Amino acid sequence: MPRISRDDVAHVAHLARLRLSDEELERFTDQLGAVLEHAADIEALDIDDVPPTSHPYPLANVMRDDEVRPSLDRDEALAAAPDVEDHRFKVPPVLGEPP
Amino acid sequence: MSTAREIAEAVRSGGRSAREVVDESLAAIAARNGELNAFLTVTADDARAAADDIDRRVAAGEDPGPLAGVPVALKDNLCTRGIPTTCSSRILEGWQPPYDATVVARLAAAGAVAVGKTNLDEFAMGSSTENSAFGSTRNPHDPAKVPGGSSGGSTAAVAAGLCPVGLGSDTGGSIRQPAALCGAVGLKPTYGRVSRFGLVAFASSLDQIGPITATVADAATVLEAIAGHDPLDSTSIPEPVPDLVEGLDQGIEGLRIGVLRELLDADGVASDVKARTTEAIDALDAAGAKVEEASVPATVYGLSAYYVIAPAEASSNLARYDGVRYGLRVDAPTSAEMNEATRTDGFGPEVKRRIMLGTYALSAGYYDAYYGKAQKVRTLIIRDFDAAYDTFDLLVAPTSPTTAFDLGAKTADPLTMYLNDVCTIPSNLAGHPAISVPFGTGDDGLPVGVQVLAPALAEPTMLRAAAVLEAAAPRGAGGLRGRGPQGTAP
Repeated sequence: MPRISRDDVAHVAHLARLRLSDEELERFTDQLGAVLEHAADIEALDIDDVPPTSHPYPLANVMRDDEVRPSLDRDEALAAAPDVEDHRFKVPPVLGEPP
Repeated sequence: MSTAREIAEAVRSGGRSAREVVDESLAAIAARNGELNAFLTVTADDARAAADDIDRRVAAGEDPGPLAGVPVALKDNLCTRGIPTTCSSRILEGWQPPYDATVVARLAAAGAVAVGKTNLDEFAMGSSTENSAFGSTRNPHDPAKVPGGSSGGSTAAVAAGLCPVGLGSDTGGSIRQPAALCGAVGLKPTYGRVSRFGLVAFASSLDQIGPITATVADAATVLEAIAGHDPLDSTSIPEPVPDLVEGLDQGIEGLRIGVLRELLDADGVASDVKARTTEAIDALDAAGAKVEEASVPATVYGLSAYYVIAPAEASSNLARYDGVRYGLRVDAPTSAEMNEATRTDGFGPEVKRRIMLGTYALSAGYYDAYYGKAQKVRTLIIRDFDAAYDTFDLLVAPTSPTTAFDLGAKTADPLTMYLNDVCTIPSNLAGHPAISVPFGTGDDGLPVGVQVLAPALAEPTMLRAAAVLEAAAPRGAGGLRGRGPQGTAP
């Protein structure tokens, strides 16, 4: 039984906003299956009681002083955008029919 | 090319001009980059202007800093204000960041001169620098071989003598593995030691910036210049940075050093790499360390945990490339179609593979089985390292299982490529520092690197052992010391 099906890969590609050709879908299904198969060694470990580590160094709730200070200029922040209108990022329609 | 320390000393004392040093580096880049493809962008005009400024300051009696006039190569995932920063990806081609990474600003404040931006595996995902949208980098020791990766451009630049210092980033070995394959010194600091502000994120809990140099003393000097707390990175360690250069030659008499059995005996570690590592261990013993076998059992699960955790974090970090705020946009009638078309055209196959792997590992129904489990394995690895460091000050292991391999040899099978990282990944998962030092050559005459691993914040001790290995390494082979300009044997 393969670890990941072609349908799974197609679903994951959609979630990740990637379009795959049939050939890519085939290849990625095999390759992702091989990596997940390798990871099967940790699946077998009985470690329910072990706490997870998300971050290697114990720092928590790092705050800065609540003071006004300079930040990136708006025009600079917009300068690299593909499309801008009225000092805002402009995108194609999100809802409804395209114009 | 002289070492960074030699250059800085000569420039600070007025013995050499920074301009002359920088011109020499730019000439070497012009001569060799066509063959090596180490640099994606060469910032010749900015570099000459910065060098002239340093010379003016020296003439005015000022001290430009501990890296005065030292040419440095910056991996192209480090943000440079007004200078293209591509991550070797089409999706960021032509993008010019509006700010400098903290490390870039700190190097400049120490007097270093950036000469350009270097090639990498796209978004630092790879072990050969073949996953670049702008072509592979080649190993200066043999252009048919890979330089390793993902910091292959910075490492090849240093190994070819184009500049004495490169900055890389190391998420699973991306500084240390290319250093081993090119005969350079590569240092991954403790997680949080160096600010990640302005490093384009791959896997945020693993990424760390560090130096690639020809000597251990240069690595220590550069790390001193870039390390230290940065309020712009909330994961930056608030501790002061210890002196790393003073004491470098104190030796290792009485240190307890463990030979990390699980990594020395890992599947795929070639016999010549094992032989050089064993010789390095003998050298540490001869220098007065107490050397014994050490075990960190959970490291055998490192590769599996890493190839769940790193892609999971990457899938989240790379969600920002949506064609809205910067970088590539492929036009389409709706936003959702535009997002998809942009990402489909902008990302290369390895990045897509890791995004999908990470998305899968985080998706409903699989989160506990893959990501949750991998995070627990990470705890086990940290616990086992902690137990080993109750007995030992440092650990030793190979850096890369093999010497440099042929271009194209591992591109067809991602898992084969991932196995290159087996000895370097555990330090990233634990957040610990590690350094690769050249130690002789393999049966093919190509460099071998040996790795010294240390507990969090123990860079000073780690560097002392690295200096001992450097002094004991076989001469005239593998490493860059004693080599003539541009990495050729004298």
